Amino acid sequence: MNKPVVIIGGGIAGMEAAACISAKGREVILLEKTGQLGGHLLQWDRLFPTRRKSSEVLRHLEKGMNDGISVHLEAEISGIENNNGVFIVKLSDGREFEGSALLLSTGYSVFDARKKEEYGYGIYDNVITSAELEEFFRNNRQENLLKGIKSKRIGIVHCVGSRDEKVGNLYCSKVCCITGVKQAIEIKELLPESEIYCFYMDLRMFDRHFEEMYYEAQQKWGIHFIRGRMSEAAENADHTLVVKVEDTLTGLPLKMTVDILILLVGFIPSPETARLAGMLGIDSGEDGFLIVEDEHFASNSTSIPGVFISGAVKGPVCIEHTITDARAAALQVLSYLDSEIAKWRNSETVK
Amino acid sequence: MKIEGKQMIWKEYQKEIASDNFFYVRSCVRQNFFPGSEKTFLRIMRDELQKDVFENASHTTCSGIGYHSDIVPIETTMTMIARQFALMTEAGKENFTTSCITSFGLYNEVLETWHHFPDVEERVRQNLLKATGRSFNKPKNISHASDVIFHFRKEIADRGKFTLTDHRTGKPLRVVEHIGCHYSKMFPSKGVGGAEYPYVLAGMIEDWGGEVIDYPERRHCCGFGFRQYLVKANRGYSIACSKKKFESMESYSPDMILTNCPGCPMFLDRWQYAISEMEGKTYGGNGQGIPVLTYEELAGLVLGYNPWDLGLQVHQVPVEPLLDKMGVPYDPGMKFKGANGEDLGMPEAPSYLNFYPETA
Repeated sequence: MNKPVVIIGGGIAGMEAAACISAKGREVILLEKTGQLGGHLLQWDRLFPTRRKSSEVLRHLEKGMNDGISVHLEAEISGIENNNGVFIVKLSDGREFEGSALLLSTGYSVFDARKKEEYGYGIYDNVITSAELEEFFRNNRQENLLKGIKSKRIGIVHCVGSRDEKVGNLYCSKVCCITGVKQAIEIKELLPESEIYCFYMDLRMFDRHFEEMYYEAQQKWGIHFIRGRMSEAAENADHTLVVKVEDTLTGLPLKMTVDILILLVGFIPSPETARLAGMLGIDSGEDGFLIVEDEHFASNSTSIPGVFISGAVKGPVCIEHTITDARAAALQVLSYLDSEIAKWRNSETVK
Repeated sequence: MKIEGKQMIWKEYQKEIASDNFFYVRSCVRQNFFPGSEKTFLRIMRDELQKDVFENASHTTCSGIGYHSDIVPIETTMTMIARQFALMTEAGKENFTTSCITSFGLYNEVLETWHHFPDVEERVRQNLLKATGRSFNKPKNISHASDVIFHFRKEIADRGKFTLTDHRTGKPLRVVEHIGCHYSKMFPSKGVGGAEYPYVLAGMIEDWGGEVIDYPERRHCCGFGFRQYLVKANRGYSIACSKKKFESMESYSPDMILTNCPGCPMFLDRWQYAISEMEGKTYGGNGQGIPVLTYEELAGLVLGYNPWDLGLQVHQVPVEPLLDKMGVPYDPGMKFKGANGEDLGMPEAPSYLNFYPETA
């Protein structure tokens, strides 16, 4: 119980949990499979609802990386052994780490929009995902994205890969609605003459300031919100796109041409999370996300003593809540280790 | 358009298609609409490719049109389909292939229903046994005849005398492909290439030298859609559907339309005439229409069969412009002669559609 805490996954949850655990004097080993800490935060430009730069949040997380945290990048895990509460994590390059507790924070993957074949992602030139739009914003490549576009009519499709039985994902990805509103405003700021149409089922503005941002989008920026799922997109000879949508508020089918179609892609359980959960024996739900010991009171522990989970491995979650969850996970890890120490002391006393 | 994106989807929707020993069931309507098509399928399979294709003259309709029109109840439909399977079983065959897209969809629907509800299958078996004394095995492989031609498309190209190129310029002909709705929209995995970007006809076009046109209303219904036409009051919607497609494809200047469903070529062909009479509008340039062919007819042309043996003379939109581009020889004087040389008479020329185009 005096060994370090091993955290797998150096994204938002992993970094914040590492900082919190380390701040309490516990040694932490942080394993990240890529060459850089930050996870999906590295892909986004500005964050909802404050429009704060994601790089600013990343810098804050990086401040928590102190000497008590041993960061190992390019860490591809080949095996995990649970030896009576001592976890031995083996990497494919031969490195090995031991820990008294293990926190899995390997996050999520972005839905592969090609699975919604009828929207033509990967086939039609001007169909992109919300993640790609962020990349364009982040790299200041707005001009490339909008190159050659005259009328600048842009469609934004909500719930791509979320709440969709056809692709096998019944859950809501939570962040797409507000991401769509944010991105619509950002496009409008860049191209004031553009017309923007958001096609949605219903808008789930669940958190503080979200509803206000949605109102701003309509009242200040004149962004159109059309309630109805898009049935298909097809490409014109000039690479513009014909979209067919049912407008359920007017009760009429709608067919219109847009220059760019942006697909708001949701969360899916990452294959890496599934692989590691399989090694550890952590169960996942029908949606593929991992199951916690208790939804209310043990929301970071699992059925395996000493194994904890945090962040988007448990389901779609926004950055703010991921940070909160990581702190909660750190507390549960520390409580577990304290109780283990207490148990050990008691057993020594009995002897 | 990124072709590699489509190719990735095509890779995901590969289906097993039998290579020989077929039990073939015909369509209720195709022999009236395009009388040479089924005969050409058998000619290609038996005479060109030396395949065993068995037919039983006592097979019936699958009742698909009645079923989709809410006239025939599903249990009756399932029992009729069970009887077709019994005829296949009695013939010692396991590979079932259908001429009709509606039938193909319905056979798959019934097999899927039986898979999920074995008690229903058992009840159908009992009904068939009581009514006819027959029992059946389910097919080992089920394909649409266009799947089979797709399967042998390269062999057909190898034997081919003509390609889908303009022999005067060497340029590929531009072809619109139209897939019957029931081919893969219900069960994407049952169709070559899936539901959104089917490859079954596109593959033939590519391998026979043509270029596939992807136009905005590619997925839209041909205009048949059962109720749109069978209910007389809805026929305005039927022709509006076809018109929507023609308007959408017109700017791409297609040389022909290729189809794999009984209804689609009928409506895409005949409605061009009706639209021309109603609005004076034609879509093929110079007052001509866009020729509409079945996949068997096109395979026959590639193989060098006489166009009038393929039944191309009964098309409403004349096919001669296409024959001229491909360089297929034909005798205009024989177009309206019967098989025995008897003069069948010349149809009255439409008001606008150039029915007697000048030949090359």
